[in-house]
Amino acid sequence: MKKNIEIRWHGRGGQGAKTAALLLADVAFNTGMYVQGFPEYGPERMGAPITAYNRLSSDEIRVHSNIYEPEFVVVVDETLLHSVDVTSGLSEDGAIIINTAEPKEKIIPLLKGYKGRVYTIDARRISMETLGKYFPNSPMLAAVVKVTGVMEKDVFLAEMEASYRHKFAKKPEVIEGNMRALTMAFEEVQ
Amino acid sequence: MGIRERMSGNEAVAHAIKQVNPDVMAAFPITPSTEIPQMVSTFIANGEIDTEFIPVESEHSSMSATMGACAAGARAITATSSCGLAFMWEVLYVAASDRLPVVMAVVNRALTGPININCDHSDSMGARDSGWLQIYAETNQEAYDNYIQSFLIAEHPDVRLPMMVCQDGFITSHAVMNIELIEDEKVKNFVGTYNPENYLLNADMPMAIGPYANSPFYMETKMNQRIAMKNAKKVILEVAKEFEKISGRKYGLFEEYKMDDAEYAIVIMGSAAGTTKDAVDALRAEGIKAGMIKIRVFRPFPGEELAAALSKVKAVAILDRAESFSGQGGPVGSELKAALMDAGVSAKAVNYFYGLGGRDYTVGDAEKVYRNLIDMTENGKKLEQFKYIGLRK
Amino acid sequence: MSQPTDVLEINEKSPYYDITPGNQIYGGGGAKKFNTGEWRTETPVIDWDKCTHCLLCTPCCPDSCIPVKDGKREDFDYDHCKGCGICAKVCSFGAITMKEGI
Repeated sequence: MKKNIEIRWHGRGGQGAKTAALLLADVAFNTGMYVQGFPEYGPERMGAPITAYNRLSSDEIRVHSNIYEPEFVVVVDETLLHSVDVTSGLSEDGAIIINTAEPKEKIIPLLKGYKGRVYTIDARRISMETLGKYFPNSPMLAAVVKVTGVMEKDVFLAEMEASYRHKFAKKPEVIEGNMRALTMAFEEVQ
Repeated sequence: MGIRERMSGNEAVAHAIKQVNPDVMAAFPITPSTEIPQMVSTFIANGEIDTEFIPVESEHSSMSATMGACAAGARAITATSSCGLAFMWEVLYVAASDRLPVVMAVVNRALTGPININCDHSDSMGARDSGWLQIYAETNQEAYDNYIQSFLIAEHPDVRLPMMVCQDGFITSHAVMNIELIEDEKVKNFVGTYNPENYLLNADMPMAIGPYANSPFYMETKMNQRIAMKNAKKVILEVAKEFEKISGRKYGLFEEYKMDDAEYAIVIMGSAAGTTKDAVDALRAEGIKAGMIKIRVFRPFPGEELAAALSKVKAVAILDRAESFSGQGGPVGSELKAALMDAGVSAKAVNYFYGLGGRDYTVGDAEKVYRNLIDMTENGKKLEQFKYIGLRK
Repeated sequence: MSQPTDVLEINEKSPYYDITPGNQIYGGGGAKKFNTGEWRTETPVIDWDKCTHCLLCTPCCPDSCIPVKDGKREDFDYDHCKGCGICAKVCSFGAITMKEGI
């Protein structure tokens, strides 16, 4: 397992990038790690670009600044690739994970020559197939866990199932769909 | 053993409030402290605590209601940020001179002008001379720990002063991080119940609070406040010792990080202290004797103690997160420099500003400050005061 | 619980350490000890022949200087009456007149 991971999330207000970052902090916490999950705050506007961050570590985290040289970047909304410099400071030993239905060849030219690994995942299709609605969080989270290697798949799935059982205690019917979304994303991210 | 958890700084303070179960909370929402009264309201609605919540129409009223409840004999709290704190301004002085141990969670946010929701210390620093105790936190953990300790400090018979328990807006208030909570029962026993010797609702001994004190009495009243503030230093340390017994965590007036043999030091307050610690470690790895002091208690100001801790350094940078426009530095800088001079400490001291209105302060920024101190001392570079760290030029 | 504060003991000669924390005053009725009646420049005088003991004057007195016993008002507490004249204004029977001086 890796010791220190810094992740930057790019999304749009209302899409749940902040929630996803906090969820990731949650699962990592449950596996015994030190975690930090925080958004960069500004005026809250639906659809405006937002940034959220994760630090996940086996050691105590003391830094309280934003992350400028992340090892991983997650793009929850591919339209941001045109307006936000998502690869800024991104380590070339790291990776970028993009939610898109497009093939990688179409995406890579938008990444300003980024030479690290590029992963794509169609979180919309997975979400629609498994949940019937567009909630990109669960598939994106699974993709991030797989690409970063922050924890083992089995541990992750077990933690998420426990968390869903708690969160959706009153509507257990959605648990299975969410678990399927996670499993599909784990397999499909590439 | 504590309870391993993860939560934001606001959640941590709200959790502490739940454990303390104060008698009264009067509050008006303002970013980024809104979540605190919001969560407390939920605890009350769920029947988890029996605190009386007073919704008010402004912060002037929340402070007035909190003060009134405290005078009546209640353990009374509130929470605020930024302009909310500024709007309490008038009443803050009354709570202090009436010697009412109100506890207020302050989630630090820049004062408007220009409007801004992010962190700096201009709100609480604006109220630094109001006669309130002020304590600052680096992390959600410290915000939680300080909050629990604050009641015993504020209510101590030798102190009886209101207290602001500060944490950095968004940076700790909204960041989810690990925390070790203390068991409910332990917190409950630690804070006990508030039994003021005198209170307005005591029918056996009617009393008057806040009588007119014109010139023959005003200075004597201020002297008594000053003595209480001075007494607080000892009480803060005593309470910290007791707190260590239930938590295992040590607290003082300030924290010294690698100061034993330090030649270059940064003095700072709040969340940026953690960031500075990482810079200290990076410089130590290069063989540079860097150290850091994080001020925890700003009121009373531990001037003599800080001067003693800095007596052996070659140079110190004092970092302020609030501008005072005096042309002579920020609040921490001015007070600490005066303390260094009084104590005859010969270290070179510069005072810089950082993080105003939420401007980010990174490990790299901290490293530059240390290198600047080295340049000044070793290479005779001219000493430049009152720089803005991260200012675009 | 503190002892009642002797307000006459706290005065312009008291050192700071003899003043209660927050200037709090314990035990009610401290104002009784101050002869504020000497501030008067006009004095209310009652004509008992006209007084009907309607008691309207009593609650109107800002200094509680019109005592009532067994449903009837008594004479003014001149140790504390400051001579504001409100009682004379509210009396519907012209029973109270303001005289110059103490």
